[in-house]
Amino acid sequence: MSNIYCPECEAEIDLAADTFVNEIVVCPDCGIDLEVLSLDPPEVAPAPMEAEDWGE
Amino acid sequence: MIRVSIVGASGYSGGELLRLLLSHPEVEIAQATSRSHLGEYLYQVHPNLRKRTSLKFSDPASLEPCDVLFLALPHGKAQLEINRYADLAPNIIDLSADFRLRSPKLYQQWYGNSHAAPEWLDRFVYGLPELHRDQIRQAHYISGVGCNATAANLALLPLVKAHLIDPEKPVVIEIKVGSSEGGAEGNPGTHHPERSSVIRTFSPFGHRHTAEVIQESGINQVIMTMTSVDLVRGALATVHASPAMGVTTKNLWRAYRETVNENPFLRLVKEQRGIYRVPEPKILTGSNYADLGFDFDEEHHHIISICAIDNLMKGAAGSAVQCMNLMLGFAETLGLEFPGLHPI
Repeated sequence: MSNIYCPECEAEIDLAADTFVNEIVVCPDCGIDLEVLSLDPPEVAPAPMEAEDWGE
Repeated sequence: MIRVSIVGASGYSGGELLRLLLSHPEVEIAQATSRSHLGEYLYQVHPNLRKRTSLKFSDPASLEPCDVLFLALPHGKAQLEINRYADLAPNIIDLSADFRLRSPKLYQQWYGNSHAAPEWLDRFVYGLPELHRDQIRQAHYISGVGCNATAANLALLPLVKAHLIDPEKPVVIEIKVGSSEGGAEGNPGTHHPERSSVIRTFSPFGHRHTAEVIQESGINQVIMTMTSVDLVRGALATVHASPAMGVTTKNLWRAYRETVNENPFLRLVKEQRGIYRVPEPKILTGSNYADLGFDFDEEHHHIISICAIDNLMKGAAGSAVQCMNLMLGFAETLGLEFPGLHPI
């Protein structure tokens, strides 16, 4: 397990030991989808998220 | 067990205090007074308390000594008898507006008449633990908080504390409120055909709670607009402010995260998916939580901060019980852990 920081909100994120490259993880604070770009060193980047208008 | 009494227990805030204190593990309710409902069972006025207590409303003139006295009287009444109340209890928590403002001059300016006990104003601590936790722990006299002021002050808290807004620019606060804020006494405006389905801006500026926001935030230029909406409980504050030089979205994240981490009843709601992406009062009904959220238009230099509360809880009785917990050395969250309902 390794720690990284969310590029959006700087929350600390624990990457589980079985995390794999290209996996999508969710930031526990801001909820953004993050794609795991590499594991050594750990690196993530915002992944595209579907835009929604809540039906408004 | 701590013996507490409530003066003016037949109103909505009094009823909410009773609901909380009847379930509080360290408290025994000695008396609940009401002139207008003298001799009636509490549950005849507060029907949710049926089978929870066999107490009856007692005469305020027959108030006996107790450990903590809650005053839930209409504004202007507590100041008239504060000396008598202080003789009866070493600890007083007054939910009205009587002891919220530190200055008699400010009180006269916002409430339109001179204060009947100005020498007491300095002895009260403003009862919002998120702003005055350490002072409340040492205090014997706590003022209540205005519900709208609470939503506004909590929305401002991370911004003010981290110096993220430009103090030279005005702060505009839009408040939407439910009908229970008007209290248990009706008036023509609360008559159901007139109140139902409204979105009614009843105070474009100059609402009395603005004074508490100015006093507690330290911001001089505050414009607060009050709009009643078709809710029974709930208040939502939307703050519009200008950022200080160089502020970024990450500064805001840090400030909000720090604030919610320091305060057990503050939660950050800023979600990327789902329905509840921003704070909403709906899911806070009956809860002492205050949900905070923010957004930042970096291009146009504009911060939006949002706070949702249940006006009768975090905006009145919930904060009062939280203050009692702090004053008496109990766990701050004791008896206040209810998270609200979903769906509701």
